[in-house]
Amino acid sequence: MSATTKSNTQLVLDGILKENPIFKLALSMCPAVGISTSVMNGLLLGTAVLFVQVFSSCTIAIVRNYIHPRIRIPTYTLTIATWVTVIDLVLAAYVPGAYKAMGIFVKLIVAFAIITMRLEMFACRNTVPKSFWDGIGMGFGFMFGMVVLGFVRELLGSGTLLGYDILGFRPLLFFVLPSAGFFVVGLMMGMFNWIEVGYNRRKEG
Amino acid sequence: MKRLATYRLLAGALLVALLLAGCKTGHQFVKATEFKDTDKIVLTFAGPVDETWAKNPANYSAYAQPDPDIVLKVKEVALSPERTQVTLTFASPLNTKDPHVLSTTNIVSEGQDLGAATLTVKKLYFGVLLSILLGAALINNFVFTKYIGLCVFFGTSQKKGTAVGMGVVFTIVIACAAMMAWALYQFVLKPYQLTFLNIVVFIGLVSLSVQGVDTILRKVNPVLFKAFGVYLVLVIANCIAIAVPLILADNEYNAPESFMLALGAGGGFLIALFLMASAREKLELAKVPATFKGLPIAFVTAGLFALAFLGFSGLSIY
Repeated sequence: MSATTKSNTQLVLDGILKENPIFKLALSMCPAVGISTSVMNGLLLGTAVLFVQVFSSCTIAIVRNYIHPRIRIPTYTLTIATWVTVIDLVLAAYVPGAYKAMGIFVKLIVAFAIITMRLEMFACRNTVPKSFWDGIGMGFGFMFGMVVLGFVRELLGSGTLLGYDILGFRPLLFFVLPSAGFFVVGLMMGMFNWIEVGYNRRKEG
Repeated sequence: MKRLATYRLLAGALLVALLLAGCKTGHQFVKATEFKDTDKIVLTFAGPVDETWAKNPANYSAYAQPDPDIVLKVKEVALSPERTQVTLTFASPLNTKDPHVLSTTNIVSEGQDLGAATLTVKKLYFGVLLSILLGAALINNFVFTKYIGLCVFFGTSQKKGTAVGMGVVFTIVIACAAMMAWALYQFVLKPYQLTFLNIVVFIGLVSLSVQGVDTILRKVNPVLFKAFGVYLVLVIANCIAIAVPLILADNEYNAPESFMLALGAGGGFLIALFLMASAREKLELAKVPATFKGLPIAFVTAGLFALAFLGFSGLSIY
């Protein structure tokens, strides 16, 4: 893949829909299953991932011409680890409550395949502005996936949204149980596939 | 056959020795002390003790070893019918992870004064290690209860052979990495107050140990390398590999405890992979709706496994 020809808007939209990290690329599934129990969690971790993705993409895009190809993966890893350390310390200092709820997952952003993959596929071949928009798209795509999952699980599991009582009762407590994450992600993926198949069929016929 | 029996005998003897070593207490008349439930301490005496002495809560005082200033209140004392076992119930739950010091006034047995006793009550260390191992492997299985390492889990659980290979390689690498992480954390990061560099250091360490195992295996056993080499790269992408060093640093585990955590994490991952691979091999033959083929149905299957693993949460040892 050489330098991209897509416009900035296209890059952002692709990240959110066509190449959605959670539902389409099926990468970085751990937080999608583990802590998508509420919309708030999704928003916070989404912000953290957005931050790390954008800053790592830009960093790599700036130095892309000076990295020897053989040591590029270690370079990516260390860059990501640095930005994860930054966001980890910031979150721990300013939102300690939510940071505790997310537990080890903030630190685990360092091992998210999605970020490394974007650096390898995109940032090392494109200019800084393009990489910036690609990072924005991927970050928002991840946040979008987390919020959708959180929306379903929080509404069905505890009848609330962002902590506000919406339904007034708890339809299915099962959905806030940790293991329900697998079911919701599986069903969502199935649904996305179904929509895509239907869409393509309509376009042909 | 005979050799196997000898080994078994030896292992048994070792086990008994370890258990006995844990039972040593501070007074010759007290045979054993142990925690029971979360708020009880059981004392076993070598002979019957005097009922009026034993039943008086004022005769006992206890505190947790880390904070001797807080004296724990004894709520109730029960004596067994043969008068050799005393169960102390405390007003509040005890932190059974810490050793406790229990002192009594002069023990009275059959009218004889046997002197005061200061006893330490602690969990058997062997038991602590075992509970860490089983905790990481089953109760808090990384894949099914903590949801870490899913990318590699879904990627390599299509065939049983692949699953076992990945699990074994992962266990070896993670054990090496955890021991190095422990040493680095205790002797470098902590003394120099660099703990905020945890993430950077541990991710580097994991990559390094993968590279190390790769190089050693390639030279020492090329056949094994041919079979397992492909999985080595995947270990770096596994979140568990970075989660284990972070957890052992957070909990301030010592060397054997870290090793047990790593073994448990690796073993648990192997179990999860094998179970999932067995189920997915059967899924290949099943009629799955077209939109659910592949990953979606695998997720639903994993959800069922996760529900089953919820059952382990009631399991507790010691």
